[in-house]
Amino acid sequence: MPEFIVEWLNQNDIFTAGTLLHYWDGLVTTVQLTFLSLLIGLVCAVPLAVLRTSRNPLVSGPIWMYTYLFRGTPLLIQLYVIYYGVAQIEGIQDTFWWEIFREPFYPALLAFTLNTAAYTTEIIRGAIMATPAGEIEAAKAYGMSWFLRIRRIILPSTARRAVQAYSNEVIFMLHSSAIASVVTIIDLTGAARNIYSRYYAPFEAFIAVALIYMVLTFTVVYGFRKLEQHLLKHLKPANG
Amino acid sequence: MLDLKGYGPSLLEGAVVTIELAFLSLALALTLGLLGAAAKLSHNRFLRWTATGYTTLIRGVPDLVMMLLFYYGGQVAVNSLSDALYEAYQIDFFFQFDPFISGVVTIGLIFGAYMTETFRGAFLAVDSGQIEAARAYGFGRWLTFRRIMVPQMLRHALPGLGNNWQVLLKTTALVSIIGLTDMVRVAEEAAKAERSPFLFFIPVALMYLLITAASELFIKWLNKRANAGVVQGN
Repeated sequence: MPEFIVEWLNQNDIFTAGTLLHYWDGLVTTVQLTFLSLLIGLVCAVPLAVLRTSRNPLVSGPIWMYTYLFRGTPLLIQLYVIYYGVAQIEGIQDTFWWEIFREPFYPALLAFTLNTAAYTTEIIRGAIMATPAGEIEAAKAYGMSWFLRIRRIILPSTARRAVQAYSNEVIFMLHSSAIASVVTIIDLTGAARNIYSRYYAPFEAFIAVALIYMVLTFTVVYGFRKLEQHLLKHLKPANG
Repeated sequence: MLDLKGYGPSLLEGAVVTIELAFLSLALALTLGLLGAAAKLSHNRFLRWTATGYTTLIRGVPDLVMMLLFYYGGQVAVNSLSDALYEAYQIDFFFQFDPFISGVVTIGLIFGAYMTETFRGAFLAVDSGQIEAARAYGFGRWLTFRRIMVPQMLRHALPGLGNNWQVLLKTTALVSIIGLTDMVRVAEEAAKAERSPFLFFIPVALMYLLITAASELFIKWLNKRANAGVVQGN
């Protein structure tokens, strides 16, 4: 290691090995929380988006209601309702669910998943609605069933149109996950708050964590750019 | 009738705080957004880089982290500034960095970056023939900006501004974390004291829905007005 870095590490009292480990644990929690909620949210959002385009109001209505409620209220309130509310459910303390929901991680995961699923449903719905009618007609002309049409024609074509908006949602979720620190979870922000209160060093604690978030964000942006290039390869000019 | 156990009035006061916070932040964000867009579109390289650095920085960092940095860091910075002033010039200066100010500054800065992108796109969407025509009429740069660019840009910017406003409104909830007694904070304290989270959080959630629904209608109306002279296809 260069001399000046070693010297700097030896001289400062804040970024000790203990602090760096604390940040590392926070990073792991943030990544877990964000990744899991996005993954489960996406898995729920795809069928919800397909059903949301249904012409039957009994099918699309409740889903519209769900996305409207979760997109129209702050995530912080959703988190509070689930975090404080779960303990209020009659008799939950006697079931195995209590073992799970007693940890703040799981109510937070549930809140984040429900939130991102609502946003993702609307993103995918928008992309589904924009499917060119000719593609669907062609699929019908080939005798494809409803399910086969969805699977082979509509969803792949939707993915190409939704990926840009979805990358924004991923970054939004990564940044929103910072509020997990409010319900005593030690994620990146929680770690920064601990370090701030231990050393009373707001600049060091929060700027360090801001830099880590920036690295995460731009990694996600880069990854999605690559994915987009891959998905839209067929649209690139031949000699470009 | 809904029994809020005596917390009704303070919840309403909290709602007023939320709305004040949202409007002040919006004003700051719009100002920063216009400045940022002007800087991004200017010919001055330094201005362009500054604006790009600003929007990139804001997009990379979570709003809560930014808020904590301004709230805790802002006080430390003000304290050391007042110490330095006192030592050097015997000036007794103190300024309490309260959650409301930190909230307005943070939210304004964050949404200023988003507004910058919205305004930049909208300015670019103005037909360049319009600008050429203004020049041909002998309009100066400022007059072109004021009479031609801004009125036509607004039409393109409105949908983006509407979205940003809806997100901004929900972001105000975060200021309760640094201790501002907005409606989220009141609800949280009441929910803890009375052990009934649903009773207090559901009305607050409905309040947010009410505000977003009302703004949606207002933006729709504005949009209609802004597009009054535009012939729309299909």
